[in-house]
Amino acid sequence: MSTLVRTRESLYRIIDSDIFYSFRSSPVTVGAAIVTLILVLGAIFAPLVTPHDPYDLEALNLMDAFNPPVWYEDGTWSFMLGTDDQGRGILSAIVYGMRLSLWVGLVAVLFSGVIGVALGLVAGYVGGNTDAVIMRVAEVQLTFPAILIALLIDGVLRGILPPFMIEELAIWVVIVSIGISGWPQYARTVRASTIVENNKEYVHAAVLTGIHPAMIMIRHVLPNVMGPVLVIATIQLAIAIINEATLSFLGVGIPVTEPSLGTLLRVGNNFLFSGEWWITVFPGVALALLVIAVNLVGDWMRDAFNPKLR
Amino acid sequence: MSIKGRFTRTSGLGLVLAAGLAMAAASPAEAKTFKWAFQGDPVSMDPYTINETLTLGFIGNIYESLIRRRKDLSIEPALAESWETVKPDVWRFHLRKNVKFHDGTPFTAKDVVFSWKRTLSQGSDVKTFVSGIKDIKVLDDHTIDIVTAGPRPIFTSEIPFWYIMSEDWAKKNKAVEVGKLTTEAENYANRHANGTGPFILKSREPGVKTVVVPNPNWWDKATHNITEGILTPIKSPATRVAALLSGELDMMYPAPTQDVNRIKGTKGLAMLEGPEARTIFLGFDLQRDELLYSNIKGKNPLKDVRVRKAMYQALDMNAIKKKVMRGNSWPAALLIAPQINGFKKELNTRFAYDPKASKKLLAAAGYPNGFEIVLDCPNDRYVNDEAICLAASAMLAKVGVKVKVNAQTKAKHFGKIKREDTSFYLLGWTPSTFDVHNVFYNNVKTRPAYLPKGVEPQPGQGQWNCGIYSNTEVDKLIELVANEIDPAKRQGMISKMMTIHKNEIGHIPLHQQPLSWAKKASIDLFQSPDNTFQLRWVTVK
Amino acid sequence: MAAYIVRRILQAIVVMLTVALIAFSLFRFVGDPILALVGQDTTLEEQAELRKELGLTDPVVVQFARFVGNVARGELGISYGQRRPVIDMFKERLPATLELSLLSAVLAIGIGIPMGIYSGLHRDGWLSRVFQTVSLVGISLPPFLVGILLIYLFAVFIGVLPSQGRGDTVQLGWWSTGLLTWSGIKSLILPAITLGLFQMTLIMRLVRSEMLEVLRTDYIKFARARGLKNRVVNFGHALKNTLVPVITVTGLQVGSIVAFAVITETVFQWPGLGFLFLQSVQTVDIPVMAAYLVFVAAFFVIINLIVDLLYYVIDPRLRLDRTTSSDHGG
Repeated sequence: MSTLVRTRESLYRIIDSDIFYSFRSSPVTVGAAIVTLILVLGAIFAPLVTPHDPYDLEALNLMDAFNPPVWYEDGTWSFMLGTDDQGRGILSAIVYGMRLSLWVGLVAVLFSGVIGVALGLVAGYVGGNTDAVIMRVAEVQLTFPAILIALLIDGVLRGILPPFMIEELAIWVVIVSIGISGWPQYARTVRASTIVENNKEYVHAAVLTGIHPAMIMIRHVLPNVMGPVLVIATIQLAIAIINEATLSFLGVGIPVTEPSLGTLLRVGNNFLFSGEWWITVFPGVALALLVIAVNLVGDWMRDAFNPKLR
Repeated sequence: MSIKGRFTRTSGLGLVLAAGLAMAAASPAEAKTFKWAFQGDPVSMDPYTINETLTLGFIGNIYESLIRRRKDLSIEPALAESWETVKPDVWRFHLRKNVKFHDGTPFTAKDVVFSWKRTLSQGSDVKTFVSGIKDIKVLDDHTIDIVTAGPRPIFTSEIPFWYIMSEDWAKKNKAVEVGKLTTEAENYANRHANGTGPFILKSREPGVKTVVVPNPNWWDKATHNITEGILTPIKSPATRVAALLSGELDMMYPAPTQDVNRIKGTKGLAMLEGPEARTIFLGFDLQRDELLYSNIKGKNPLKDVRVRKAMYQALDMNAIKKKVMRGNSWPAALLIAPQINGFKKELNTRFAYDPKASKKLLAAAGYPNGFEIVLDCPNDRYVNDEAICLAASAMLAKVGVKVKVNAQTKAKHFGKIKREDTSFYLLGWTPSTFDVHNVFYNNVKTRPAYLPKGVEPQPGQGQWNCGIYSNTEVDKLIELVANEIDPAKRQGMISKMMTIHKNEIGHIPLHQQPLSWAKKASIDLFQSPDNTFQLRWVTVK
Repeated sequence: MAAYIVRRILQAIVVMLTVALIAFSLFRFVGDPILALVGQDTTLEEQAELRKELGLTDPVVVQFARFVGNVARGELGISYGQRRPVIDMFKERLPATLELSLLSAVLAIGIGIPMGIYSGLHRDGWLSRVFQTVSLVGISLPPFLVGILLIYLFAVFIGVLPSQGRGDTVQLGWWSTGLLTWSGIKSLILPAITLGLFQMTLIMRLVRSEMLEVLRTDYIKFARARGLKNRVVNFGHALKNTLVPVITVTGLQVGSIVAFAVITETVFQWPGLGFLFLQSVQTVDIPVMAAYLVFVAAFFVIINLIVDLLYYVIDPRLRLDRTTSSDHGG
């Protein structure tokens, strides 16, 4: 069977399925999905939808700083949601910040997903001491909250890298910190499913016909565990976005020169009492909206994929 | 849980309320507790542990020196009643009689000698205060001769932060030397204090709160009316503002510049503002042959004075004053503030803000398209430090110099630039002696490693000269300024060295930052330009 | 059983050593502690001398061995920042963190479990929907944002609760408690809500989904078919069976409360261990940082051990593996 055919078939299967039905029947989920889609599209096409490029230092004018939103007397359409302390438009900064937050979240989730799934497959398939070691490490790490691990790894990386690279690599430092903290969730789920699949006859048969174990895992076991993995990934995405914001808020995340939502909040927090509320409130609302939307989609996926609840 | 049990029934709640009322009623009507917050906590109660304004300023409520500063920073007698120079290098001090330490032991000449020796012990960080002292001779219980290493006109301005400790107390509590970090036991003087000053340390919880009460036996007349003072360190500016707005504090500093108007507009609150004696400036790497972290290879553009001038003239200090500092800064052209001895008003004019001229200068120097550079910046040390660096980077971008800001916490920032691992950095300086010599000695004088052969360095010279500015004539002038007694001649030398440094653009002075203290309107207090806060000038109405 | 315990304890020791090594090696890179120790006029020579004296110039292995040896003897070193034994500082700060964590845990469990049970039983009721919405918001807002909101609302805008600190405390031996004064209790409210909200929503969601799952099992259906009253089925059968995973995850969540306290304590300037830790990161106070990490690791290892043993006692079938219920840890 060609890959194309298989893809098309699985596509049909999804549209036909109860899952898609349950999706259409829940207006909240549809709403959340639409919000998520708008935010994601906005983030992808940020340069096209924003009036300014907030990273372009040459275009920044300090005298534009602290402009209020457009509905105030001093507001201008050019800076609809006002400007921050450096004269950056808040709207543009939010869209670009969201782009960064989403990017960090997605890559971190991908990173932990790949590591977690791979280790889970290996642990489940190979078993024995390998399994024991991997699962012990996963367990120990699970007992530490992700944010603490991310703080630690962030610290290590910042220490190891030469100073001039930290600025360049700040985003990757955050991605790796958050990514590493998330892998055990995948590993445990995948391992459990792998063990179940392993005992089925088709796997035994495949082994007997001389197919390489790695191929068996990838072709037969992997597709069966993708459902739960997707659910975990969505929930982890929300957590990754929150963790990125927290790290940036504490000042060890994304630097101010190319701010993420968390960085915007850290800066804006200083202006909460001085009347320039828009510098904090809009990024805060954007962050909450993004995470709630992602969580709603995740919730629905969890319910939909969990056959026991259907 | 006990709280749960207590709150489920109204009678329990009533009991708590009644207890609260009883507590309020029990406190005497004249009790004036004064609560204040600062962004950091004193490092130690031991006056020789660290040379830092906050710590020494706080300890100044408890300990005293031979000489203290008045409100206008001029000096006046404290533990010494008077002094005179017997010879150019011998200072005779007449010590105040009938002064007692907080534990009741009398203050005499032996305590001064002891304090001098203790200051020189290994763990001490304030050795520079007594670096001018060669010997102390005791003539009687209340008269001493201090021998300085050569004539030392600045000696009296070096010792107001050098506090006198009790020899008997230190011996009794095994605190004869300053605590070292390698010994497991805590030094007694770290969390206990025994001074002669207007306040007695009542309790000390590092990082949480420190409580002082008035000294009823103080030798001077108390000018305050508080019965208890409580210091709480609150690091986050927003939290400090919130605590003041919600009435938890009587006073806090520094108040974030952006919140000044909100505080002024709040009923019952007031601001105290003034220029601090600290100057904020930018430094350059003037030593390397190739600029670090840049796209320019094989060259260091900063060695060309035209490039430095171009960068200087690209900075719009008035915009920074208006937007970043909200009108609360004093653009500067010298490394010292007007309050500092040696200041020359005629020299304090900045090269004009002129981006066009900047571009021309850069083109003339061979950089028509500018170059890349990294600006090292602290983000928790000076007023709006990070925002100043970001604003500067946007301004420099407009003339083609692409600045990346590397803002980090002060411990990392200072470590990085002190290793000379920098091409462009922000720093601020208040001379602890209030004399220009201290600024130039630390920031402008050549570092020992870069001196030509045969030139003998003085200890610690140029240790904050992180970009290695080096000019033989200026170095010589700095040495002469230290020992010149004639004021007019001295000022001539000072003006000369400041002019050379200014025209060579050795650094770019930016501004003096504001002191912004926020308080309840019902509190009277005095703001000292050296940013020390003294309880003896507080009255609670 | 004994063999199992011994094996787990050995594993715990290995974990502790690893954590100590990681913690220790990373601190070498955080920054130069010397600069936090000296003032602006100290010479480079004096700094170098101090660096040598503190053993910072020794090989890393030697420094690590010294560190582990000291910890084993109960010596956590002297704080660079406060110049006194770290162990004294921990004793001073521990009550603040434990009181805050305990109250948050009580809030999280006391409100989270009933909310979870209710929304599990009445899946489509309007109150359940309200709970679901609350839990969604609770799980989506980063704790620091919740803290800022609460401070702005209750401390500044309404002005009824303090924005920072612990209020007045009473000393009971070495334990300082804020629970015996009115200002201490008032100070505790906002931080406890901030810290507890996230855990509360997690627990509520977990209980709900466990309830939903159990209610679908055959034996519940059978119990209903037998004509047992709803009340008996719901609380006698269903709830009992959801308890095992709930206890486990709740136990683990108590652990994360202590870790999340770092953020809450920072926002509220709460004088606990987490705040001390973040302060020490900023001043590069290596002994405090190292000790905190070892402390947190020990805390988690012990909680983990207890949960494991509880599991072993409650449900021997699961003694080999306890992976089944933890997907909800989220």
